[in-house]
Amino acid sequence: MMRFLVIRFLRGLLTLFLVLSFAFLILRSTGDPAMLIMSADAPPEALEAFRKGWGLDAPLWQQYVGYFKNLAQGNFGYSMRDKSPAMDLVLERIPATLSLALPAFALKLMMGISAGVYAALHRNTWIDRFLISLSIAGYTMPSFVLGLMLVLVFAVGLGWLPSGGDATWQHAILPVITLSLGGAAVLARFTRSAMLEVMGQSYIRTASAKGLVWRRVVLHHAMPNAAIPTLTVIGFMVGSLIAGAVVVESVFSWPGVGRLLVTSVANRDLAVVQSLLLLVATTMVSANLMVDILYGWIDPRVRSGQAGQGKKA
Amino acid sequence: MTPLLQVQELRKHFQVSVPEGWRQRKANLRAVDGISFDLHAGQTLGLVGESGCGKTTTARLVLGLTEATHGQVLFNGQPVAAKRDATWRAQRQNMQMVYQNPLGALDRRLNVISQVQEPLLIHGLGDALSRTEQAQDLMVSMGLPKPLWHRYPHELSGGQRQRVVLARALILKPSLLVCDEPVSALDVSIQAQVINLLQDVQERMGVAYLFISHDLKVVRQVSDQVAVMYLGHIVEQAPPQQLFSEPLHPYSQALVSSVPSLWQRSNPKRHILQGDPPSPLSLQSGCVFQNRCPHAQAICREVPPRLTPLTSERQVACHLVSEQAVLPDAPLESLA
Amino acid sequence: MTELTIHQPHQSSPPVLVSLRGLTVSFGSGASRVQVLHGLDLDVHVGESLGLVGESGCGKSVTWLAALGLLGANAQVQGEFRLAGERFDGLSDKALSLIRGRRIAMIFQDPASALNPVHRIGQQLLEAVSLHKGLKGEAARAQAVRLLDQVHIPNARQRFDAYPHELSGGMNQRVMIAMALAGEPDLLIADEPTTALDATIQAQILDLLSEVRRDQGMAMVLISHDLSVIAQECSRVMVMYAGRAAETAATDNLFRTAKHPYTQGLLSCVPDVASPQKRLTAIPGQVPEAGRLPKGCSFEPRCAQSMAQCSGLVPMLSSVEPDHQVACFLATP
Repeated sequence: MMRFLVIRFLRGLLTLFLVLSFAFLILRSTGDPAMLIMSADAPPEALEAFRKGWGLDAPLWQQYVGYFKNLAQGNFGYSMRDKSPAMDLVLERIPATLSLALPAFALKLMMGISAGVYAALHRNTWIDRFLISLSIAGYTMPSFVLGLMLVLVFAVGLGWLPSGGDATWQHAILPVITLSLGGAAVLARFTRSAMLEVMGQSYIRTASAKGLVWRRVVLHHAMPNAAIPTLTVIGFMVGSLIAGAVVVESVFSWPGVGRLLVTSVANRDLAVVQSLLLLVATTMVSANLMVDILYGWIDPRVRSGQAGQGKKA
Repeated sequence: MTPLLQVQELRKHFQVSVPEGWRQRKANLRAVDGISFDLHAGQTLGLVGESGCGKTTTARLVLGLTEATHGQVLFNGQPVAAKRDATWRAQRQNMQMVYQNPLGALDRRLNVISQVQEPLLIHGLGDALSRTEQAQDLMVSMGLPKPLWHRYPHELSGGQRQRVVLARALILKPSLLVCDEPVSALDVSIQAQVINLLQDVQERMGVAYLFISHDLKVVRQVSDQVAVMYLGHIVEQAPPQQLFSEPLHPYSQALVSSVPSLWQRSNPKRHILQGDPPSPLSLQSGCVFQNRCPHAQAICREVPPRLTPLTSERQVACHLVSEQAVLPDAPLESLA
Repeated sequence: MTELTIHQPHQSSPPVLVSLRGLTVSFGSGASRVQVLHGLDLDVHVGESLGLVGESGCGKSVTWLAALGLLGANAQVQGEFRLAGERFDGLSDKALSLIRGRRIAMIFQDPASALNPVHRIGQQLLEAVSLHKGLKGEAARAQAVRLLDQVHIPNARQRFDAYPHELSGGMNQRVMIAMALAGEPDLLIADEPTTALDATIQAQILDLLSEVRRDQGMAMVLISHDLSVIAQECSRVMVMYAGRAAETAATDNLFRTAKHPYTQGLLSCVPDVASPQKRLTAIPGQVPEAGRLPKGCSFEPRCAQSMAQCSGLVPMLSSVEPDHQVACFLATP
């Protein structure tokens, strides 16, 4: 198990490295930060000076090595717009994003899991079919379409809720709902199939035959087993807590990490983009690592290694 | 007469990683650990044993589907190739295999008559017309009439599927058929049909069978000789009548007495074996059966017994069984 | 061949513990509805061991899953079921859960998959003990260990914390039996308990079931496709075919004087270690599919002794001698 985790950890580091390298190369091969940050009709000498000042005229490999060297020393670079430390800019936006992402995550779990379990337990009834259709609609619809529709109905049409900005807690309602629906739909689907698979197993029949009430069979015997595959999906959701809100934040003009990503990519504000990606990749990799650990905790077969020598008599 | 199949000191060891606490240990899994037997043309050798005894690995070794760690398999005096080269492919015409799960052994997307013909096609035998004719004739003789020829495997019953698998194996007229649990997945009444069919085929075509099963009743029915395997070793080999009426090895005794009979009830001299079979990973000197043997002596813990002939037909691998002596706990009374 | 005594029915046979009348089970709805059991009548007496034998599709497992309400929403179950005289058909799941495990317990095939892989076996056993005996804490644990000892699991205390995948098939089946015994049921249904196990382990488990039955005075229904296993353990046998009862009698009677052609066919097509080797007399054809039963007797297409009326009417189970019933026009014209 330990060996397994160490390998996963190293793989995580490799992933980070590859993500950053990829971003680095792509960002520098397209678009010109100088022209994007200073206005397009600035004099060429000013643009040159800008590029020189930010080291953009050096050969690519040199910039690449320089970047990672700085990274190793904890220097994440500076924003080209206002010269403040890139990572600080990113970090100060996190609370705003989390104030959407965390409630949305909680909602996703609650709605998704309960819908999925309920649908599985009432398979092929009208309510199961209804929930499935709902979930298909939920995860196929792009979030901006959903967001705009909600704005149209509740902000413009009914006037109950504000349509943008982050002034009050009411401003958070629509974005949180938009953010949670897609994930809830996916989770519902996964939970449903995991539950259906588990409910068909022999040990569920044993538990019923033992005389346990249905509620206990479902909660105590079925759900822990259904949690195992569902955990992967949940892990992915945790991993995308920070970055998943990009579209929603844009639709609702919410000043979070997502918005920052959009604007800094548009401006090719290199250091900021890379700091953002570093953060996102780290979150994703850690979430996956946690899922691996959790697997071992929930499923004892994983703990004893796959060659658990399930000695058949 | 040279036996059709000669297996000599055959061993197959696998390297496995065994989890041990946090780390993993490399261990040697001795699936087959020094077995020897002969099979003559047109005869049936039954191989019985419980899970993990190595019978399926033996089947694979005999067919050259896996390479032996030690020892050899001779077919018609020639060593069986284990590498997938031209020699190996040519040998396929003489030896075939029948499996436990007929649905899994058939292609879901081809109708059954195409599958029966396919071996002829692969080996380039005959033209399209003669292939079809051969397949048709064979299928009819196997109890698969015309209406079934163009069906797909999932449209047939379990018994019918197994006949298709058999036909496919026999169309090349092999001299050896390795049957790995061929009837275990079938209903009892269908088992009887397939067993009878196998016996008819043997009479007609002179095919030799290596019949592997955990079901002793079936093995007794079809075999000319039975070899009992335990943890990679053959512990006893004898004709079925002798083995079942007077098993000599303590394991055979336990095995034979564990089979319930319709007509003879609650045998008071049953030898109930305690505990579970040990893992084929554990290394220990001496006899593999020592942990569960009610008669284990000091010598059993040190020296592994060799399979020694007692009569022209019987062999036993046990220190405590010699020409005339029998073990303290007398085995089952002689049955009819 | 040793002489067998024909079972003489006692003057007063023990009272009926469980009776099933007119048990009918169908799956699915509308066009895809398939009936798998066609009005089965069955009695289990107090303390007796009844064998239920038949091939695939005969409905032997479905019978008891239906009676205990374990078939799920897709199944339609009808019939009158009585336990010690009181009806238990049509009860709510909650009410049925009071019977399951406590009055009627059931163990299944393939013990490895019949135990929850993420819970320790001790836990699963404790669950049954607490539920049925109302014990908690140390008292419950002690009782659980006692049950493990009763089923001869060595080192019961250490094994308590093992997971199912860490134990062998034989061990797991013993755990299942221990769980079934926790509620001290009046009836134990053993559904192919040894089919997935090796021969020597099979013998151990069957022995254990006999021992446990004698000690507890329980009745047992042993479901199997293996006639010789049934012969070994049961005093009475019911042979089922395609969702109906074909014949039922005391074991010795059945084997000595089987009247139903299917039973006769089964007896001559199974190789037996105690009989001389001879060619098996196979039953031609195959078991009909549940949704496509022939009109009249389900066995008629395969029956060498069928008569004109067999393809038109379904024979009912009727007595040919005391304690021996057959569903066949040949036997009971």
